[in-house]
Amino acid sequence: MAENILEMRSITKTFPGVKALENVNLDVRRGEIHAICGENGAGKSTLMKVLSGVYPTGSYDGEIVYDGETVHFGGIRDSEHVGIVIIHQELALVPYLSIAENIFLGNERRGRSRLIDWNKANADAAALLKSVGLNENPVTPVGQLGVGKQQLVEIAKALSKDVRLLILDEPTAALNDSDSEHLLGLLRRLKERGITSIMISHKLNEITAISDRVTVIRDGKTVETLSLDAGEVTQERIIRGMVGRDLESFYPDRVASIGEEVMRVEDWTVWHPTQDRKVVDNASFTVRAGEVVGIAGLMGAGRTELAMSIFGRSYGRDISGRVFIRGKQIQARTVSDAIAHGIAYATEDRKRYGLNLIEDIRRNVSAAALGKLSTRGWVNGNEEIKVAEDSRRSMNIKAPSVMSVTGKLSGGNQQKVVLSKWLFTDPDVLILDEPTRGIDVGAKYEIYTIINRLVDAGKAVVVISSELPELLGICDRIYTLSAGRMTGQLPVREATQERLMELMTKERESVA
Amino acid sequence: MTRTVTPQADPTPKEPEATAALHTGTSDLRQLLTRNLRTSGIYIAFVVIVALFAILTDGVSLSPGNITNIILQYSYILVLAIGMVLVIIAGHIDLSVGSVVALTGAVSAILVIQNGLPWWVGILAALAVGLAVGAWQGFWVAYVGIPAFIVTLAGMLLFRGLTLQVLDNISLSPFTPEYSKVASGFLNGLLGGNGYDAFTLLIGVVAVAGYAFTQFRTRLARIKYQQPVESFPLFVARIVAVGAVVMYLAWQLAHARGLPIVLIILAVLIITYGVVSKRTVFGRQIYAIGGNLAAAQLSGVKVKVVNFWIFVNMGFLSGVAGVIYSSRSNGAQPAAGNMFELDAIAACFIGGAAVTGGVGTVVGAMVGGLLVGVMSNGMQLMGVNQSIQSVVKGLVLLLAVAFDVYNKRRAGASR
Repeated sequence: MAENILEMRSITKTFPGVKALENVNLDVRRGEIHAICGENGAGKSTLMKVLSGVYPTGSYDGEIVYDGETVHFGGIRDSEHVGIVIIHQELALVPYLSIAENIFLGNERRGRSRLIDWNKANADAAALLKSVGLNENPVTPVGQLGVGKQQLVEIAKALSKDVRLLILDEPTAALNDSDSEHLLGLLRRLKERGITSIMISHKLNEITAISDRVTVIRDGKTVETLSLDAGEVTQERIIRGMVGRDLESFYPDRVASIGEEVMRVEDWTVWHPTQDRKVVDNASFTVRAGEVVGIAGLMGAGRTELAMSIFGRSYGRDISGRVFIRGKQIQARTVSDAIAHGIAYATEDRKRYGLNLIEDIRRNVSAAALGKLSTRGWVNGNEEIKVAEDSRRSMNIKAPSVMSVTGKLSGGNQQKVVLSKWLFTDPDVLILDEPTRGIDVGAKYEIYTIINRLVDAGKAVVVISSELPELLGICDRIYTLSAGRMTGQLPVREATQERLMELMTKERESVA
Repeated sequence: MTRTVTPQADPTPKEPEATAALHTGTSDLRQLLTRNLRTSGIYIAFVVIVALFAILTDGVSLSPGNITNIILQYSYILVLAIGMVLVIIAGHIDLSVGSVVALTGAVSAILVIQNGLPWWVGILAALAVGLAVGAWQGFWVAYVGIPAFIVTLAGMLLFRGLTLQVLDNISLSPFTPEYSKVASGFLNGLLGGNGYDAFTLLIGVVAVAGYAFTQFRTRLARIKYQQPVESFPLFVARIVAVGAVVMYLAWQLAHARGLPIVLIILAVLIITYGVVSKRTVFGRQIYAIGGNLAAAQLSGVKVKVVNFWIFVNMGFLSGVAGVIYSSRSNGAQPAAGNMFELDAIAACFIGGAAVTGGVGTVVGAMVGGLLVGVMSNGMQLMGVNQSIQSVVKGLVLLLAVAFDVYNKRRAGASR
């Protein structure tokens, strides 16, 4: 048997007007964990779609050799047939069906009568769940599981198809640390069972922790393949490959010049909309002009809920507490009140809450401040284009024109559109919820630069992030939130990941 | 401009036409058509259908009398479609409009025919009932949060029942001559013209001049803001083409019975709502809600208020359609307006509105409605029987939406 389970040779895939992949080569050794890195839009997902038959033979040039034989996939069923299974970033599970039903969906366990044998299906599912380390009853509806567990169900589903080459597209993007840890552990165990994995990820620390080899793709071309044995799998090396240059630092430098207090929140308490519990409990914080304040907390600590409840009571019920803008108490009962008081909130989930994906850049940029573009209810369309054009230029949004539909932009560019929208409302305080989630290293750096530009212009910025290095890199002051309570605040020079983590996991007692 | 599009950032089709347009500042016809295949498809289909039936009926379908007929016959569907397209863009549906047409017509008939009140009282009462119905449905959809499908399905039964109740299950007719003029009256001979009504022609000229003027102003504004515009010859060609169609229509009307009053009402509504949907904050918020409800909400759009007024507006236009229909049928019948909702909805979807909301235009819905109108009328002229007409209409609706879905998928697949 050949040493390589898979060889993709000079794959070229063109879309009208664009070469998405150009002579890409990828070889994957039997039983290894192979990571694919590249900026958003570098062609990683396209390559995986070619491999799994989403783009059938004939729609691309080049050759795929699997298990020593040239293969031609006409569709995803063909690739699954030989044991190649792809798990997409957006999970493809049906929330109302049980775990077992999901696992065998399209591949049902039928008895002699041609009817589905549910006893067998549930028993098989239980065995598969055990092998992925998921302790759940197979009849539980998938919708009741968290994202991490759903991911494991997806892998169990892949195992049910006798997978030999497992492709994971950003498997840990939506997972918290312990779920990610579990998933990576599972990949290692699968490796011991002889299952080869290809993993696409932006999380370089995970890649360096788990991969045997890493292929870096840039601009639709293979840059290099790094090997752990040769000691090449390091974050610096991967980044250099991805961006084509050394990033001197992840975070641009900034000299803080901090001014007056802009926003102060006192004794903020928010109840869960349907359950009888407090999601935010008596939280207080301040942010000053020219200052970047971080809010750190684990999943479920109430970070997003805190921000959204301040932003025009977009979340929760029985909200109590006070918000002051420049020393004056304000009432922001609706989103438009909040915007009028100079508060802006850029959501953590830009596709669901941030953008109108079927509309163009222009309409999205103007969406939160149409009033500024209109007189007595009439919108000045030309002025709108000009505003969008200005944003496109100053934010460096990569798109052919402001008439480009936002749904087709890459994650980083979408995020820039969201930021443009909020900047156009001319806010005093910007609350940025996970501003760099799911975007590539280069775009992250650009976002940080934009944040710096804003605080230099005297704005106050609140950043919510799950990535502690990011908070340490860009903030002046960091608050920690644990189970809805503020458990501490640290100036950045006193903060370390360990110290923050300690505060983020602190229960009950509150530190002022 | 040397701005290049970095392919690694975004492997999507780059709309080279659009970029080229930005570079040169102009675009030719082919570019305009291919860029907007989705929207231009319906116009092309419309022209083809009109030409087809003109040939099949030996030109009868384009005769002055018949053109007048089509306008009178489909006016109330078009009025409903104007309101319906806004409802659909916002991601809702309204199944009750047929019943509301019946109810508003019935109220008007009771006041004018039974109680002998003046014609304008009937009209105002019909519009008021329409507004009230709209406010009722808007309340349930916007403030209680019941899906519009359910609210208006209930409304369909409710208002049909109320119609039967107020009419006591019998038809009322006839209306006073003033009232029936709304739908079957003509402005003719105001300026004389010896068989060719000069007033109608004058209105045609004014309309073309107005169109040319606003288009020219838009063009100047776009140039001022350095936006891409059509090349000048193409611009002139477009004005001339539209002008020719309008003048042809005016000419045909002028030597038939003159300018139908209902056409004036329709034109005012189309222009008003076309502008409202495209150029006002309210209109833009409708699109925003339909495109992504959550994002609109978090951008400060007062979703409840907008939804409420969308339905109030739909009720109002149902009232207008109720007046036109009762005037045209010269009375009120318990079964009036049956299935109108489906014709109006079909017009919107044929005209390019998206089932999922966020997409659609007033003009598209009008063309979609007219397409069905011209087709039905043509088949009637050819003596095709009712059952086949229904089959053809159904297939056209299906194919129109299939074409739309296919286009969207093609755009998606090249991602």
